[in-house]
Amino acid sequence: MNYQADEKGYYGDFGGAYIPEMLYPNVEELRTKYLEIMNEPSFVEEFNQLLKDYVGRPSPLYYAKRLSEKHNTKVYLKREDLNHTGAHKVNNTIGQILVAKKLGKNRIIAETGAGQHGVATATVCALMGIECIVYMGEIDIKRQAPNVARMKMLGAKVIPATSGSKTLKDATNEAIRDWINNPVDTHYIIGSAIGPHPYPDMVTRFQSIISEEIKWQLKEKEGKEDPDYVIACIGGGSNAAGTYYHFLDNPDVGIIAVEAAGKGVNSGESAATSQLGKEGVIHGCKTLLMQTDDGQITEPYSISAGLDYPGVGPLHSHLYRTGRGEFFSVTDDDAMIAGLELCKLEGIIPAIESSHALAIFNQKKFNPDDIVVISLSGRGDKDLNTYIDHFKL
Amino acid sequence: MKNRINTALEQDKDLLSIYFTAGYPSLNDTVQIIQDLEKNGVDMIEIGLPFSDPLADGPTIQDSSTIALKNGMTTKLLFEQLKDIRQSVSIPLIIMGYFNPMMQYGIEAFCAKCQEIGIDGLIIPDLPVNEYHEHYQETFEKYGLINVFLITPQTSDERIRFIDSVSNGFIYMVSSASTTGAKSTFGNVQQEYFDRIKSLNLKNPQIVGFGISNNETFMQATKTTKGAIIGSAFIKQLTQNGVDGIESFVKGIR
Repeated sequence: MNYQADEKGYYGDFGGAYIPEMLYPNVEELRTKYLEIMNEPSFVEEFNQLLKDYVGRPSPLYYAKRLSEKHNTKVYLKREDLNHTGAHKVNNTIGQILVAKKLGKNRIIAETGAGQHGVATATVCALMGIECIVYMGEIDIKRQAPNVARMKMLGAKVIPATSGSKTLKDATNEAIRDWINNPVDTHYIIGSAIGPHPYPDMVTRFQSIISEEIKWQLKEKEGKEDPDYVIACIGGGSNAAGTYYHFLDNPDVGIIAVEAAGKGVNSGESAATSQLGKEGVIHGCKTLLMQTDDGQITEPYSISAGLDYPGVGPLHSHLYRTGRGEFFSVTDDDAMIAGLELCKLEGIIPAIESSHALAIFNQKKFNPDDIVVISLSGRGDKDLNTYIDHFKL
Repeated sequence: MKNRINTALEQDKDLLSIYFTAGYPSLNDTVQIIQDLEKNGVDMIEIGLPFSDPLADGPTIQDSSTIALKNGMTTKLLFEQLKDIRQSVSIPLIIMGYFNPMMQYGIEAFCAKCQEIGIDGLIIPDLPVNEYHEHYQETFEKYGLINVFLITPQTSDERIRFIDSVSNGFIYMVSSASTTGAKSTFGNVQQEYFDRIKSLNLKNPQIVGFGISNNETFMQATKTTKGAIIGSAFIKQLTQNGVDGIESFVKGIR
């Protein structure tokens, strides 16, 4: 089985580039150049240097002793929460801003839901002195005020998406419309492993630094490169794609994806796309997505703003359909409890997105000598109000 | 039977084509809008199948789609509304919509239903020509449907020639790099683009859309092309005057 995107951007049945003709020149330019640019020695050098000196990589692979004892297995946490800006998102924005520079673009647009990708994009734009416009749903702007302030401090212009449901999917629509209207000077930095080819593959490659580091870090600690399981939460799926990437071809490494069940998979308020979604086209790619029988895209729900996307990246749809990935869904309550458990056992406050991955222990038992690597994709500072409200702290 | 789109294109005049969103302003306006447009001399109609996430459309068509969906429009209902349309209307009818609702209906079932009703063609902005050519062309043609592709000022000559080779009706010339309803006048850039396309001597006639809103832009667009499509401006007038304003709107265009 092949888990790489083919030339047309397909992972098995999923992917491709379902874009209006107006976007074709931009997407085609990117498609024909991204691999060449990413492989240029000068690009590799600058990318790696920035990841080291600016982002603070490599991020630690931390053996969580007390968490391991509690769940009677060996748990390692990949500490993406320690990156500059507090999440894995910056790995991709650093990569894409360098691509944008090579393409001669001088204006950056991005979409954001919770604001993490928006902050990571505003950050690299400030770093490079490039104009930055972030589209964010009107409702999310109200819910995520601190991140809106961060983006503004970093010099970005935050434009509210007021169409449709006024959340992430609508912010993505608005960013795409901006790109249609500004076809020459603008690069669109998509934040997840979604969108038309080559975005899912490009984002996955930039995030693959996560699994690249896990391999050598585990070799140092355990004397072998491959864990028994890699586990990540999935919204669009960029941290998951990066966490799995270098293990996909080794069937001895279990791939575990944790989606947000919201208030329960069948509650009508959920973001468990693999369970609830059907094959369709969203934002330029064919993938599993939540929709009505009539093909209208429905609004997902999760307590975690970073997981409530109605689709999932095409790589993940492929992992689900082929059975290569084992998919679980975790409710708001279980995720919050798992997040609080990590605080108390390890002194780490995780992002609520990452807390979903940590809640895997309620649903799957591991052997005592299994090596289980969990992607701790972000830190929980942005979620303090949600934790406070939930636990009446 | 010869496709009505091809018959219309053979007429010795510039074609006026109008887009409207099915289910807007009211759920059951569809048939009356089509009949009134034909009665007032419109040559071709694009019936918009509303979608929750119309990413190539500007605010006017987005809003009409949102309201149409709220009103209860669905693919099944649209087909139901149109089932007897050929008893009263003879101009070409095209369904314009995004790919996902068609996929969920089933592409073959969708095409079969279009043929049964008497739909002549489809415009699907997010189904690229390559995907169509490889996976869907055979099915569309089996049911006698003409699929119409968009080109823009940024589309290369090479790609336009490929689109021309796959097309068998007309080419939809998007007037500027924009979403629908964004621009209100044409400048030198558009004129150069119109001239460039004319000089390519394509086998398919071209019809201009996006940014056509009045007599002036209609005349300018049809100087070098076979016709023009009006969408957002017509939706705006429906919002203001409802179906009663159709006659004066259409007469004001040419």
